[in-house]
Amino acid sequence: MEFISILAMQGFNGLSYFCVLLLMGLGLAIIFGQMGVINMAHGEFLTIGAYTTYAFSHIAHEYAPTFAGSYFLFAIIGAFICAFGAGYVLERLIIRHLYRRPLDSLLATWAVGLAMQQTFRSTFGAREVSATLPDWLLGSWKPTETIDIPLNGLFVMALTALLTGAVLLMLFRSRWGLHVRATVQNRGMAGAAGINTRRIDRLTFAAGCGIAGIAGAAFTTIGSTGPTSGSLYIVDSFLVVVFGGAASLLGTVASAFTIAQTQSTLEFFMTGSMAKVLTLLTIILILLARPQGLFAARIRK
Amino acid sequence: MKLDIKTMFGRHSELAGYAVLALLIVVVLPLTLDIFRLNLIGKYLTYAFAAIGLVMCWGYGGILSLGQGVFFGLGGYCMAMFLKLEASDPISTKIQSTPGIPDFMDWNQITALPLFWEPFRSLPLTLIAMLLVPGVLAFLLGGALFKRRVGGVYFAIITQAVALILTILIIGQQGMTGGVNGMTDLKTLLGWDLRTDSAKYILYFVNAALLIGAMLLCRWILKTKFGLLLLAMRDKEDRVRFSGYDVANLKVFVFVLAAMLSAVGGAMFTLQVGFMSPSFVGIVPSIEMVIFAAVGGRLSLIGAVYGSLIVNYGKTVFSETFPELWLFLIAALFLSVVMFFPNGLAGIWKDHGARIVAWASRMWARPLAAVPASKRKAA
Repeated sequence: MEFISILAMQGFNGLSYFCVLLLMGLGLAIIFGQMGVINMAHGEFLTIGAYTTYAFSHIAHEYAPTFAGSYFLFAIIGAFICAFGAGYVLERLIIRHLYRRPLDSLLATWAVGLAMQQTFRSTFGAREVSATLPDWLLGSWKPTETIDIPLNGLFVMALTALLTGAVLLMLFRSRWGLHVRATVQNRGMAGAAGINTRRIDRLTFAAGCGIAGIAGAAFTTIGSTGPTSGSLYIVDSFLVVVFGGAASLLGTVASAFTIAQTQSTLEFFMTGSMAKVLTLLTIILILLARPQGLFAARIRK
Repeated sequence: MKLDIKTMFGRHSELAGYAVLALLIVVVLPLTLDIFRLNLIGKYLTYAFAAIGLVMCWGYGGILSLGQGVFFGLGGYCMAMFLKLEASDPISTKIQSTPGIPDFMDWNQITALPLFWEPFRSLPLTLIAMLLVPGVLAFLLGGALFKRRVGGVYFAIITQAVALILTILIIGQQGMTGGVNGMTDLKTLLGWDLRTDSAKYILYFVNAALLIGAMLLCRWILKTKFGLLLLAMRDKEDRVRFSGYDVANLKVFVFVLAAMLSAVGGAMFTLQVGFMSPSFVGIVPSIEMVIFAAVGGRLSLIGAVYGSLIVNYGKTVFSETFPELWLFLIAALFLSVVMFFPNGLAGIWKDHGARIVAWASRMWARPLAAVPASKRKAA
């Protein structure tokens, strides 16, 4: 019985990691599939979201104690808006010169990421900070005597499920989603049909960054935030996108799940660092055998 | 008088560039700098090995590798393991609970030298391993990926993942590799003390000679048919394939070359600086090496060396005086190089260098021209 409960809790840990990877990977997959741009600064947008949440928490606790319980929902919205805004500015200034040049965009966005990290360091200090979680997120849910599932993990999962559902809904059922899919499949024809492809690109990039911002808000519930927190997840997020098949959202979900669960299951049997090494090695070996990823596009571009 | 590089040296303008660089690093710098700063320059020149490798595989071959730190680190760690074993002879380590093994193994309660450390007791085997281990890794990685036509961005991301894997592995296995502190306290090479000033001078000149040799080797490779194929492959890979060449083999060769060059740089780094740690292996140092090559000019071997010198010098100067500003500066530099000057400083020199030299020579000759002709004759 003990073993099952440990397995359940470890599986749940994997799910929390899966949520962060999925949110980051969704944003990256949309941006890469849409514009052929690799955004190495995506981790920094996660950090923007996390720091925004921290700022909301700080303000709520210092100036408006009545909001100490409910600030978190405002913080999530705030995180989205800040990350969305920053992504919009970045696209306007730099990214739009780098479409269809993935290698150059990789290097340029890495430089932007460095500058953003230094901005965080100068604004918030080099030490890690933590947002104070509201009371209703603390504690855990005990379905049985021995299984202990933390509430903030459940909240993150619910948030991720909601957001993924919202993204899929918008992509496949809304007018904007129609425009996005048209631009991805055939940019020239979409432009000829009257879709403002530049505006769609800008909004898509900003939306992808906004999703990363929400991932950052979710991230504050499971860890503390420092200037370089984003860089912890960036390589994993890229592997999620590449492993899933760069333009496929279902692939992103599947690969995020596989990677997260593999790592957390292996952590059960060996040290954390060896688990990570083995997971990364396995992914690379599978990529060597199948470079197009799990769910590859049937059309060759 | 029209002063122009092409008219001065004609066909040999490129060799003149090499001569100037050689003069700079072999004569001018050792004469003008004290040993401490010269040692720093030596350190920068070891990064230049990796930058030259990147010029070959990225500039000419079109393969962006964000994991050169891996090969740099592997070469450096091989040399460090040899030096560490030499510094851990039973007499100096008699205070340990197990004398004769490196100190970090002792701290981690390891009682016998692991098997993979044994070959590093001998210098010839170390030198072979230093070239072979990174070379074989590059061969396997490149072979598997290039044969499956994985290129461009996907390859770059996978090299990043490899850099991350190696960093985590080294840090995690503290007993075997020294962990996050790396291998320190390296003293002698076959009895020759590496920490004396004379040793540092000799190592500097050995490093400079190896670097110039590597540059000449790469230049020779580029001048052969292989060099032409590389350029063609970078620009129109499919056409080269349709012409009957095996593109994958070309790519593997140039990737292995870049890996071995970085490994030599890593070994020289260990010798000159006296330690090796995982902070030179990971993603950030790998991208810094790309920055050196990009700033200097990804198509120019000479540019790569100047790029390494300039960027590292800037890093030392600025991170001491304006630490907050430094990251912004390097980010801005990298961004402007990627967006506006894809061929780096070498590109600027090639496009505008003749004009700059002509302008400079006019400035220098101006005092003579200011005096009117009649007055000159009278005087």
